Amino acid sequence: MSLGDYLLFIISAILVNNILLAQFLGHCPFLGVSRRMDTATGMSMAVTFVMTMAGMITWLVQYYVLVPLDIEYLQTIAFILVIASLVQLVEIVMAKSLPALYRALGIFLPLITTNCAVLGVAIININKEHSFLDTLIFSFASALGYGLALVLFAGIRERYVLVKIPKVFEGTAIGLVTAGFLALAFSGFAGLASH
Amino acid sequence: MLFEALAIGGLGLASALGLGVAAKVFAVEVDPLVEAVEEALPGANCGGCGYAGCASAALAIATHKAEANICVGGGPEITEAVSEVMGVEVVYREPDLSLVDCTYGTDTAELKFAYDGVQDCRAAVLLAGGPKVCEIGCLGLGSCVKACPFGAIEIGEDHLPKVDPVLCTGCGNCVTACPKDIIHLNSVTRRILGFNADYNCLAPCQATCPAQIDIPSYIKAIAEGRYEDAVTVIKEHNPFPLVCGRVCPHPCEEQCRRGLDNEPVNINHLKRFAADYEMHSGERIQPFCLPKNERKVAIVGGGPAGLSAAYYLARLGYAPTVFESQPHLGGMLRYGIPEYRLPKKILNWEIQGILDLGCTAKTNMEMGKDFTIDSLKAEGFEAIYLGVGCWSSRGLRLDGEDLEGVLPGTDMLIDRGNLLETPVGDKVVVIGGGNTAMDCARTCWRLGAKEVTLLYRRSRAEMPANDIEVIEAEHEGIQFHFLAAPTKLIGEGGRVTGLEYIQMELGEPDASGRRRPVPIEGSEKTLEVDNVIAAIGQFPNLAFLEEDAEGKDLRLTKWNTIDADIDAAFTNIEGVFSGGDTVTGAATAVEAIGAGRRAARAIHAYLSGEEVTAPDDWVHSSKELPVVDQIPEAIKAGERAKMPELSVQERAMSFIEVELGLTEEMAKAETERCLQCGLYCYRHTGMENQA
Repeated sequence: MSLGDYLLFIISAILVNNILLAQFLGHCPFLGVSRRMDTATGMSMAVTFVMTMAGMITWLVQYYVLVPLDIEYLQTIAFILVIASLVQLVEIVMAKSLPALYRALGIFLPLITTNCAVLGVAIININKEHSFLDTLIFSFASALGYGLALVLFAGIRERYVLVKIPKVFEGTAIGLVTAGFLALAFSGFAGLASH
Repeated sequence: MLFEALAIGGLGLASALGLGVAAKVFAVEVDPLVEAVEEALPGANCGGCGYAGCASAALAIATHKAEANICVGGGPEITEAVSEVMGVEVVYREPDLSLVDCTYGTDTAELKFAYDGVQDCRAAVLLAGGPKVCEIGCLGLGSCVKACPFGAIEIGEDHLPKVDPVLCTGCGNCVTACPKDIIHLNSVTRRILGFNADYNCLAPCQATCPAQIDIPSYIKAIAEGRYEDAVTVIKEHNPFPLVCGRVCPHPCEEQCRRGLDNEPVNINHLKRFAADYEMHSGERIQPFCLPKNERKVAIVGGGPAGLSAAYYLARLGYAPTVFESQPHLGGMLRYGIPEYRLPKKILNWEIQGILDLGCTAKTNMEMGKDFTIDSLKAEGFEAIYLGVGCWSSRGLRLDGEDLEGVLPGTDMLIDRGNLLETPVGDKVVVIGGGNTAMDCARTCWRLGAKEVTLLYRRSRAEMPANDIEVIEAEHEGIQFHFLAAPTKLIGEGGRVTGLEYIQMELGEPDASGRRRPVPIEGSEKTLEVDNVIAAIGQFPNLAFLEEDAEGKDLRLTKWNTIDADIDAAFTNIEGVFSGGDTVTGAATAVEAIGAGRRAARAIHAYLSGEEVTAPDDWVHSSKELPVVDQIPEAIKAGERAKMPELSVQERAMSFIEVELGLTEEMAKAETERCLQCGLYCYRHTGMENQA
């Protein structure tokens, strides 16, 4: 691929095929930690880190363990196992080498174990037959897209405190409505690039 | 099948091995203290403490960045467990509760008001100056309900948040969440030590009250029939509701916005109504006190200032002892205010309530004779409060002052307080224009004097006595001679028989802003008298200080009052505080009560080893209020309730209380007249349409 292709590839992952708003993966933290901007940014950072790492490791597991052993149908269980271990590993390593980042991410790190977007990206990488470099770029870009959507969403939700919302729509209901509008807005990027 | 199982198992084993190695290689030396603290915490990761999860909180506690009691999720047992790990002692901490201090719910909030062209109260506040946060009006968003991790808040029927005190842990999440700043943390100490500040939303009456009583709250409570709550609100800032409901000159009513419409709300008599309700209900409503700590504070003087300081100190857990030189407690309330205005039975009941909180009283104990500052300190009193009042009458400085039949006004009232009869003749002249003069005149009339005349050297308008007292005195047939000053006392056989006075006229204003009376040459007249009573002013009797090794160094002012800080009560001697009339000169009971609370605050700071300073930004009753000079859409209301009184015939020769108290219907109707003001807003007709 040329440099231009990579740019398109990245834009596609961030905006057009946004993992949250176009692929609808990872909605639990999207609704759960989007009430406040600081938790949303913390979560975005943690997801970016883990998603990139997980993409690479699962790619290696797929092509150096599952394919040679001819057990590709065990992909899901193997990936979950690997991602969960990875998160724990990341936590251990980070606690030692990057204590500041470790404290900043706080409880968000273990929460990602249950984030389906991470598994989703890992599986998409395999399904689309990405090379290792593509996997690295795609995972990182998807994570950026995830962070973008989450921060945008938290920004909007923070403002809900100041406006009058009909009682029936309060809380998660208005959150889902807003997520819908955000998804509609992102669908406007559809013609921008395709991959 | 076996192969797949082995493959996945192998993958798992590899991961586990990787993790194990990583754990070994990257082992962080976690401080065992942090680990132990984390163990003690509940592990709920609720974030209520403000840290991202229990691990972060544990680190903060272990590194002394946070207190052992930051966990809001767990109860006191968690705090105890953490404290044990940290090796700190668990001391009782009073509960902090969230308090909603706004009376405007969603049905009435966010109304626009037009004040001098400004549409919004916050804008009006900005114009009036000062960094005020207008706290009026709940928006009904329920941010506080959502913010509460413990489900302790719900929106009540009055469209305001309601806090469940059982569930509330005082974490303060709702305080941060509220966009309109109407929820605050609230505890006994905060309530006692907190003074109304410039930036609080205060109704004009509340801002004027020297005792800072939350007047709109108790009127609202009376309106809703919650009489006990009304008493609780009053007792929060005034230990003498029965007394003040009778004798307070109610400066609050002068600022009442209802007064712009017709007449001010009868605030003081509503207070008396609530207080009487408590007394007649047979059950004393006592305020919440902190646990006792046995630290001794000496209060010298059992008057309103001293008793009020004792009341607040007792509520803060100290052990105050009140020393009184007279046979009974009460000070000027007992010895200065006659029975017909404040029956002794009622005063006794009220004082008993204060003593019941844990104050010791020692009567017939005179400072300088029975004890001194040194002896008190030697007995283990850690702080001393001097609230000895103004008990000496100013002399007339006329010839013949020592004639028989010439009495100082205070002496006569003190005798009455001790139930001694002062024999008075048929013709009595009282000199002076203050409340003491009125009380003397009205007392003499009740004691059987046929003709009571009052001489005052300025005109009626300049008279410092309460209006109501002057009116009552007129009803009772007291003769007033205004612009008349005594010049000579005439005696016969050592007894006073006549008083010569000169007519005055008002000249240029003097330093106090009042027009100075000037004698008119040759206008002398003589009155026939049997008794002359001088009530032209009082000053503190501080002779006892000269006998005191330490007390003689106490700095006095040129008016012979103690030179103590008005706001923070400290004197030039460490550990000695003073307030009330002793510092300000003769003033009102309600001012002494305010001074008592300020003194308690200062003494609490002193005994806690903190710097003794004035309360931050507190609103003095003399401070200028924001100007609201019209209330165009105020909810209309009837006439001011008139206090039922004893007929003049029944008053003669008796000391039965003159004012009878409002009935329940009258009180309820009077509460309807209250506008429930905020800083700028008030109940107005627009609200009915909105609701």
